[in-house]
Amino acid sequence: MSRLAARPIRRVLVANRGEIAVRVMRACEEADLEAVLAASEIDATGFAARTAPELVVLGPAPPSESYLNSKRILAAARERRCDAIHPGYGFLAENPGFAAAVADAGLIFIGPPPGAMAMMGDKIAARQAMEQAGVPVLPGVTGRAGVDLAAARRAAGRLGFPLLIKAAAGGGGRGIRIVRQAGELEAALAAARRESEGAFGDGRVMLERFIEEARHIEVQVLADHEGNCIHLGERECSIQRRFQKIVEEAPSPFVTAALRQRLGETAVAAARACGYVNAGTVEFLVAPDGTFYFLEMNARIQVEHPVTEAVTGIDLVRAQLAIAGGGPLPASQDEIVMRGHAIECRITAEDPARDFAPCAGKVGQVVWPTGPGIRVDAGIESGDTIGVHYDSLIAKLIAHGPDRMTAVRRLDRALGSVVVLGVETIVPYLQAVLRHPLFRAGQATTAFVAREMAGWPPPGETLPDEALVAAAVAEVLGSSGGGPVSGRASAGTGPDPWDRSDRFRVGGS
Amino acid sequence: MTVIESRFRPDDEESRANAESNRSLAADLRARLERARAGGDAKARARHREQNKLFVRDRIERLLDPGAPFLELSPLAASGLYKDEAPGAGLVTGIGRIEGRPCMIVANDATVKGGAYFPMTVRKHLRAQAIAQENHLPCVYLVDSGGAFLPLQSKVFPDRHHFGRIFFNQARMSSEGIPQVAVVLGSCTAGGAYVPAMSDEAIIVKGIGTIFLGGPPLVKAATGVEVSAEELGGADVHARHSGVVDHLAEDEEDALRQTRAIVATLGAGPAPGGDIAASEPPRHDPSELYGVVPRSLREVYDVREVIARIVDGSRFREFKTLYGTTLVCGFARLEGILVGIIANNGVLFSESALKGTHFIELCAARGVPLLFLQNITGFMVGAEYERGGIAKDGAKMVHAVANAAVPKITVIIGGSFGAGNYAMCGRAYEPRFLFMWPNARISVMGGDQASNVLLTVQQEQRARLGQEAMTPPEADAFRKPILESYEREGSPYYSTARLWDDGILDPPETRRVLGLAFAACLRAPQKATRFGVFRM
Repeated sequence: MSRLAARPIRRVLVANRGEIAVRVMRACEEADLEAVLAASEIDATGFAARTAPELVVLGPAPPSESYLNSKRILAAARERRCDAIHPGYGFLAENPGFAAAVADAGLIFIGPPPGAMAMMGDKIAARQAMEQAGVPVLPGVTGRAGVDLAAARRAAGRLGFPLLIKAAAGGGGRGIRIVRQAGELEAALAAARRESEGAFGDGRVMLERFIEEARHIEVQVLADHEGNCIHLGERECSIQRRFQKIVEEAPSPFVTAALRQRLGETAVAAARACGYVNAGTVEFLVAPDGTFYFLEMNARIQVEHPVTEAVTGIDLVRAQLAIAGGGPLPASQDEIVMRGHAIECRITAEDPARDFAPCAGKVGQVVWPTGPGIRVDAGIESGDTIGVHYDSLIAKLIAHGPDRMTAVRRLDRALGSVVVLGVETIVPYLQAVLRHPLFRAGQATTAFVAREMAGWPPPGETLPDEALVAAAVAEVLGSSGGGPVSGRASAGTGPDPWDRSDRFRVGGS
Repeated sequence: MTVIESRFRPDDEESRANAESNRSLAADLRARLERARAGGDAKARARHREQNKLFVRDRIERLLDPGAPFLELSPLAASGLYKDEAPGAGLVTGIGRIEGRPCMIVANDATVKGGAYFPMTVRKHLRAQAIAQENHLPCVYLVDSGGAFLPLQSKVFPDRHHFGRIFFNQARMSSEGIPQVAVVLGSCTAGGAYVPAMSDEAIIVKGIGTIFLGGPPLVKAATGVEVSAEELGGADVHARHSGVVDHLAEDEEDALRQTRAIVATLGAGPAPGGDIAASEPPRHDPSELYGVVPRSLREVYDVREVIARIVDGSRFREFKTLYGTTLVCGFARLEGILVGIIANNGVLFSESALKGTHFIELCAARGVPLLFLQNITGFMVGAEYERGGIAKDGAKMVHAVANAAVPKITVIIGGSFGAGNYAMCGRAYEPRFLFMWPNARISVMGGDQASNVLLTVQQEQRARLGQEAMTPPEADAFRKPILESYEREGSPYYSTARLWDDGILDPPETRRVLGLAFAACLRAPQKATRFGVFRM
């Protein structure tokens, strides 16, 4: 069946927006495939649309009328004579109904088969399948109808505290509650149910043991239609803010060669267990002692895929296109080698000083960094408008180097030269993460952001706009006041090394 | 002053191999620093946050002027000691600018065993105070400590340079007009209670700070009365009733703001003395130091290549260039500050020692601070040199170093062996600061020499007892453990863990560190030098 589904692709409808749409269109161009960008009305003048070889407008800005409107997307594909659809990530990327509808329309869905997607999309079903396949899962309790209070109490007795309640259907941190003692159980269960119902239209929840100081480590896999499946090593994504990844790296500073092999083999087993084809990611929770548990499988290309591309040298989007067209895997397992270290951070238009409030509006000058080992996957350029309808990711900055410290320093330097005028971004926050001694030491876990970044921002870091403007003017005019910048005038004997505000620290951090 | 002409070729095979080796040493240093700066383990850090307390480095950031430099001291203290459970010895010390004025900051890290004082913690605290006292730097103590680490009490309590010395130093500095300010950001128990009590001015944070001579468990044991920590020694008790502190802060942010306000009212500090001009970057790139410094201490190289990468404009006014050439002496500006530099360029002969003595006298007479760049295997040995009086010439230099009252700073950039360490202002000669480079080694002699000396002694003993001499393999086996222990104990990390220095520097940052360190020295009133009797 799968062999029939696979046939060469000629023309791809890219049904997404922002940086991932640009990324997919570039891969199409390099693979000699025609690409048609399907964009909402508001995105039709944006950066991705300007770089698109061909554009089709889906509908008004709200996702339900554009990027989530499967009928309209299928119609656009037929109208523009496309033979395949790339869903990117988010929106309809992991909707088995959409994948099935694409196949029914005689088109190729660039992603896994609907059956595999459906199984991995249902956390409870996925968990049961993984248990059967011998993939370790977190001790926990699930039920077809979710978990009621009595079952939750029984489970708590068995699992102990702390434990985690999460939505059976969802992701993205919604419907998740950590329960540290028995008294909190009832309220947390009700809240998780409510949130899950509201976010996903499905109030089923599950309970799991909560592991303190765990690391979030995921393994990239690729599977073809011939039943071949390989893994491309791990990515660590422990730096998460409210369950959203913000910094990702490959390889993980925690993972040894032996653990890498076990994680990789387990990920391949997980992919095989659900009949997976194309690029996917198996997420694990890794405890401080190295034991690991299956979390979920993401049936799509992921935001953080570039770090794997950097260290393995394999273009994952090209691989997606090739596999979907019936082609072979880009490499055998033996040929996969991780070289050096890569780190990505997600630049979002949010104001970290105001609780990460999303920032919308017209941006002025935008300058992305360049330099050895630097890659920028951007979704905006100078003069673009950031709207309120979609998520706030505007670019991903990836640094690659021969070792982790080089990658950290390259990324830190590159972040320092990012210019996005007109909206706030989380760049200063990301720099603080990269400069944190625990992160530098490779010891950051999923607890890092809540615990270590609580003191951010340090006071006195922000100057009033007037002062910045004055400094800029002085610099442009070549004013050479040259005086010390300090709270108090120095005693006037001359240039005291203590008056230089270069934030010097011994050992550089 | 003339610009030093460099013969260094960065693309030589040798230079590249040096650079690779020295860069990997620097990477190792940075990795160790980062590990130490992480402080206590995750659990301890979580507990700290649960008490709604800021981490020690976040506290210091809030205390300093925005963007101000912070010259941290001995960040790797206690590394490899106490099962590595006391990173940085649980204490952060360093000089930072507050309200325009360099101050000594001494801050407990409560994520490391509750901020308890290990023997090295005491040593680090006392070293910071000694630097403050010598250089007239106001002291700010950020107190968050349970006091002495009880399992090791005999190594932290009774002796002259143990816990009690902290308060002795506070009293002495106060009497010398060096301000003492304490901020209570956690517990201050038993001896620790004296830190705020002995300070000129003290702040306590509501709900977090407590001060008592005996904590609730001790009170209960002694009197049977149950009392909470807050009732016994909380912020209200001390700010309203006991008068042990002067200011009540709502939270830590408030306390650190108030501390800055106190520093702003310390009165005009002494203006930096000395000769400071506008600074100018070295003409030769300091990062070339990686390629300049040989991989092996045995390798000879021209120390002027190092000087050229540290001083302003790579300019150096050399003294007695043609005489006693194994010691390089001369004047230069470092970050604008006029300094006299004494640097080893080989083993010390009588002439080199006499030249060094003369130059130290010059600097002492002119009030110019001294920088020692130490890379010394020792004084020359042999019958000819003993007869020539090398011991007496070496003694002249040691005498001059010991008595010159100008600020002295030492950087061990290579080997530090034997009496060379004394003449070149080793730790015992009280330089205001002493730093090491990652490639440095320090011991009474090199491991090779030591093992050979001990082997000779052993072979002679065997001969006396009529035993056969050791065969070459036996001799190697005999030397091996000696070589290993010299290698381990001669490492800069072994040294810095024990406070034999004030920190290990990545060579290219040496210039900035020395600029800050010399500038910190120049605030203390200059003393006149009085030499004693030089053996002629």
